[in-house]
Amino acid sequence: MKSLLILGAGTGGTLLANRMARRLPDDWSITIVDPEENHLYQPGLLFLPFGARDEARCLRPRARTLARRVRWSRAAVARVAPERRRVSLADGTALEYDWLVVASGAELRFAETPGLAEAHTGDGAVHDFYSLDGARRLRAALARLEGGRVVLNVAEMPIKCPVAPMEFLFLADDFFRRRGRRERVELTYVTPLDGAFTKPMCNRVLGYLIGAKGIRLETEFALAEVDAGARQIRSFDDRVVPYDLLVSVPVHGGAPFVEASGLGNELGFVPTHPHTLQAKGHERIFALGDATDLPSSKAGSVAHFQGEVLEDNLMRAIAGRAPEEGFDGHTNCFIETGGGKAILIDFNYETEPLAGRFPWAGVGPLDLLKESRLNHLGKLAFRWVYWNAMLPGRHLPISTRMSMTGKTRVAPALPAPAVPGRGDSDAAA
Amino acid sequence: MPQREYAGKTVEVDPEGFLVDRQEWTPEIGEALAGEAGIALTSRHWTVIHFCREDTEKQGAPPGLRRIAKLSGVDTKELYQLFPKGPGKLAARIAGLSKPQGCV
Repeated sequence: MKSLLILGAGTGGTLLANRMARRLPDDWSITIVDPEENHLYQPGLLFLPFGARDEARCLRPRARTLARRVRWSRAAVARVAPERRRVSLADGTALEYDWLVVASGAELRFAETPGLAEAHTGDGAVHDFYSLDGARRLRAALARLEGGRVVLNVAEMPIKCPVAPMEFLFLADDFFRRRGRRERVELTYVTPLDGAFTKPMCNRVLGYLIGAKGIRLETEFALAEVDAGARQIRSFDDRVVPYDLLVSVPVHGGAPFVEASGLGNELGFVPTHPHTLQAKGHERIFALGDATDLPSSKAGSVAHFQGEVLEDNLMRAIAGRAPEEGFDGHTNCFIETGGGKAILIDFNYETEPLAGRFPWAGVGPLDLLKESRLNHLGKLAFRWVYWNAMLPGRHLPISTRMSMTGKTRVAPALPAPAVPGRGDSDAAA
Repeated sequence: MPQREYAGKTVEVDPEGFLVDRQEWTPEIGEALAGEAGIALTSRHWTVIHFCREDTEKQGAPPGLRRIAKLSGVDTKELYQLFPKGPGKLAARIAGLSKPQGCV
């Protein structure tokens, strides 16, 4: 019996296991290792702080997400020994493999920033929305908040879903407006980047929305410490931003076993070939999704596109052939902008997000890089697609490689800058 | 791509002022690029610049801030004093490298 071993049953690991279950001959075993009982639909976390109470629909028992043929080992990984093709588990047992896929994702490292971990567990003014528990606690805090300075801080790139912080602020603007409290709440986005987003065309659209919604923007802020006593965050160049409520997106890193096994970079992400997904320097190991060091987004759509490429490359590798350079960095995501609207963006390593129609030229039905209600409905519908098509590894009608069909390099027209605030919130109150 | 003259040599730069070809870089061009940013280079700066160039040769891409801080022997706090505002970007520009990839 030959063995494919997948470490991590998040989006990437699960969809790959299910795809390989259909592809591999009967003399292969497929084992996936993950200690968590439930599979979490992470995009659902964004809506919980604003009152959504459908946690149950964000969770599924892991056993139900895996094909019958896939064996699930419910344990944490301690160490990989590539030279022996062996993985030791935290429970003392070990698994051997012919081919290994590291799909162990990214974890939140609050302890990387002095003062942050203590403040996050301690005083009730420091929150996150990247964990189920964090999103729940933040929901209670936002419901209580009558006014004050709400600061969203991204500690350091890379993070999971780089647009989520902006979505959070857009939804927060909408949330406080509807409750007639927007006048009393100051929203600030504090980012290590030099703008709202790193790609010019998208930066222009998102930068416009941030301004129009009256959200303050503090850029190139590299977080040095959280001072919970003074309720402020400090940067390495000694700038200070005070908060009444801090929503932190902490430093992200790979799973601890990656570094312990010598497979990681300085943050514990696996150095990975950008087009074949083979781990650099390890012929028998591939990496997938958030666990890689690739400059593509840490997002579910990326794990899906990579999964299609990796399925083929594993079949090639098993047959003794060289892997193909099939992954182009393709990313596709909806950005919630508040008020029941969203923007859709589609891009890859080389081509930034552009305006146009998606997926069919002229027809759409979705608009790219432009706010619309249909995009918002698309985002909501995506949960069904996730559980019923993406995780089971079924075909989706979006090509693995990014397509230029329906796109234009003409900058999207933006309305004249609106004067934020007053009129709207008076009407709401 | 626009061209600029530094230390008597004409080089190609991208729209944000990063050298297009890192092989065209010389220490004199480094001095000139630093001068443009209002920085007089000290031995600590050169430690960082040499690390960035050597690491780029090895890795194929310029190092980010965390990697510089972890491996060059100069910590984050000092990097901010040496290369104010955005040390990752500024060190790369002075070292004649491309803009470090902001991960999106």
